[in-house]
Amino acid sequence: MSSVTPGRRLAAPLRVLPIAELLLLVLLVVLPWFISDFHVIITTRMLILAILALSFDLCWGYSGIMSFGQALFFGIAGYVVALFANKAGVLQLAALVPIGMLVGLVAAGLVGWFLLWARQTPTIIFVALGTLTASYAAERLVAGWQWVGAGNGMSIWDFAMLGPYELDTGLVFYYVGLAFLLFAYLASRYLVRSQFGLVLAGMRQNERRLAFFGYRVQTFKLLVFAFAGMLAGLSGTLYSFHEGFVGPTSLGITQSTYAVLYGLFGGVGTLIGPIIGTLAIETITFVLADRDELKNYWPVVLGVILLVVVAYKPTGIMGFFLSERERLGTFGDDRGGDEPGSAPPREVDRGPA
Amino acid sequence: MALLETHGVAKVFGTLRALDGVDVAVRPNSFHGLIGPNGSGKSTFLKALAGDHFTTSGTITFAGHDITTATPAERSRFGMSLKFQITAVLPELSVYDNVLLAMQSREKVWALLRSRSRRRLHGDVMALLERFRLADKCSNLAAELSHGEQQWLEIAMALTGEPQLLLLDEPTGGMSPQERRVTGELLMPIKATTALVIVEHDLDFIKDICDRLTVFDQGRVLDQGTVAEIEASAKVQEVYTTRV
Repeated sequence: MSSVTPGRRLAAPLRVLPIAELLLLVLLVVLPWFISDFHVIITTRMLILAILALSFDLCWGYSGIMSFGQALFFGIAGYVVALFANKAGVLQLAALVPIGMLVGLVAAGLVGWFLLWARQTPTIIFVALGTLTASYAAERLVAGWQWVGAGNGMSIWDFAMLGPYELDTGLVFYYVGLAFLLFAYLASRYLVRSQFGLVLAGMRQNERRLAFFGYRVQTFKLLVFAFAGMLAGLSGTLYSFHEGFVGPTSLGITQSTYAVLYGLFGGVGTLIGPIIGTLAIETITFVLADRDELKNYWPVVLGVILLVVVAYKPTGIMGFFLSERERLGTFGDDRGGDEPGSAPPREVDRGPA
Repeated sequence: MALLETHGVAKVFGTLRALDGVDVAVRPNSFHGLIGPNGSGKSTFLKALAGDHFTTSGTITFAGHDITTATPAERSRFGMSLKFQITAVLPELSVYDNVLLAMQSREKVWALLRSRSRRRLHGDVMALLERFRLADKCSNLAAELSHGEQQWLEIAMALTGEPQLLLLDEPTGGMSPQERRVTGELLMPIKATTALVIVEHDLDFIKDICDRLTVFDQGRVLDQGTVAEIEASAKVQEVYTTRV
């Protein structure tokens, strides 16, 4: 057998990711104690949008699906839960969240089935244009549909309920948003660090090779796309109730593009990257839009910053801190079986996520 | 009965007739070499067998199944495995993960999500790496291996799942004489379980390991037979002496 003792970990280099994860979690937990109520609301919005960014990252960063329409699932879920609240009086978050997630899952499953479920795997550009078109078409459709408020969108008149309590914007909503972000993060990490995640990693590097192993690549893509749609649905549900409003732009191209930018700015292919990207872009946007001298130019400034990052640092902000090896990580070695001695060999421990 | 049979296989690219009525039969547990001058169609034929591209006409049957229009994934599930000409190891994955990825391809999606099979497959992965002299490099990234080692890793990956037929496209391309000798040693034991169709320019190598040869010329089968028969074939001599 091997000269490497299974399970033995030697010369583990400094792992940045667990430290970054812990620091970010601590920061987000204590942050509301140090900022104003208004900023708590702004930050809650960022946490919710970070779930959308995560969903984009699962598609592009982990599965090579360039989804330029991720807001479609975000917005559809937002509309559906708003209708449930306004027309059927369903306000319990415990009911709304599963509804929103299911809507996202089914919508992404259908779009994915149409775009990805071919005998030969479709090209990146086909999927990008397909998702973009679907997002655009949905935006135009709801903008002309009176029953859902047409171009004016829909206000949600009541707060969502957390058990017997009204979920007003502020501290409680912040921690609800953070809890759901943590849930989405851990669920995504479970997925990408499993043996399923190993297939995704292989698929990203050489899709054709995977087919020759016998993998039906389209199945894996469709599953990830539907799962990502479910997370986008979760994000859209929370966003609608946090803002008390849902409009056509929430499922359109602009929102979809933001999801792409959050991911690329923070660093796709790491789960923490899109969260940092969302916080960074939204903070920059908030600061720049608030300054009189920059008020009219902030989108240009933002655009230039993004261009520089994407052109010169394709791995995004996280690329400055993470080695390529740590970004790739390991797969499925912390689960399954009861024999600690039979753990897979690792001379160098390459860390999670 | 042949494990693999082709009848009248043709492949046309635009105006080029790359394959023209190729009939080949490969027996179980035999090593079958495809040789011929550059551009004679042998690699195109191997790719047609693997499903990398579909034939224009003709039929391919494998282990009793008509696989003429089957996808590579379907052919793989029937027990056919391909090693690519240009090494197609996954460079950013470790050597261990490359083999695990190949080995876990028969697992159900749900089992992969739960990461249940990694420990079960660990012994098999290490045994295969041991056999291909890669065990002590299992934690290296595949990109860090030498060219020859990458070829061995490719062959190891192609052998996971114990295929009935292994297709090898120039396995010794770019190898040193020492690496070629080792490659031959690594391949011989698989004969007990697996048939081999191999495209190779190194005629000494192919004569050493193959039972039968098919000689291609201009998209057609020029001759086929045992190594001794081909060596004695006047038609083959002519092609090799006049055009190679």
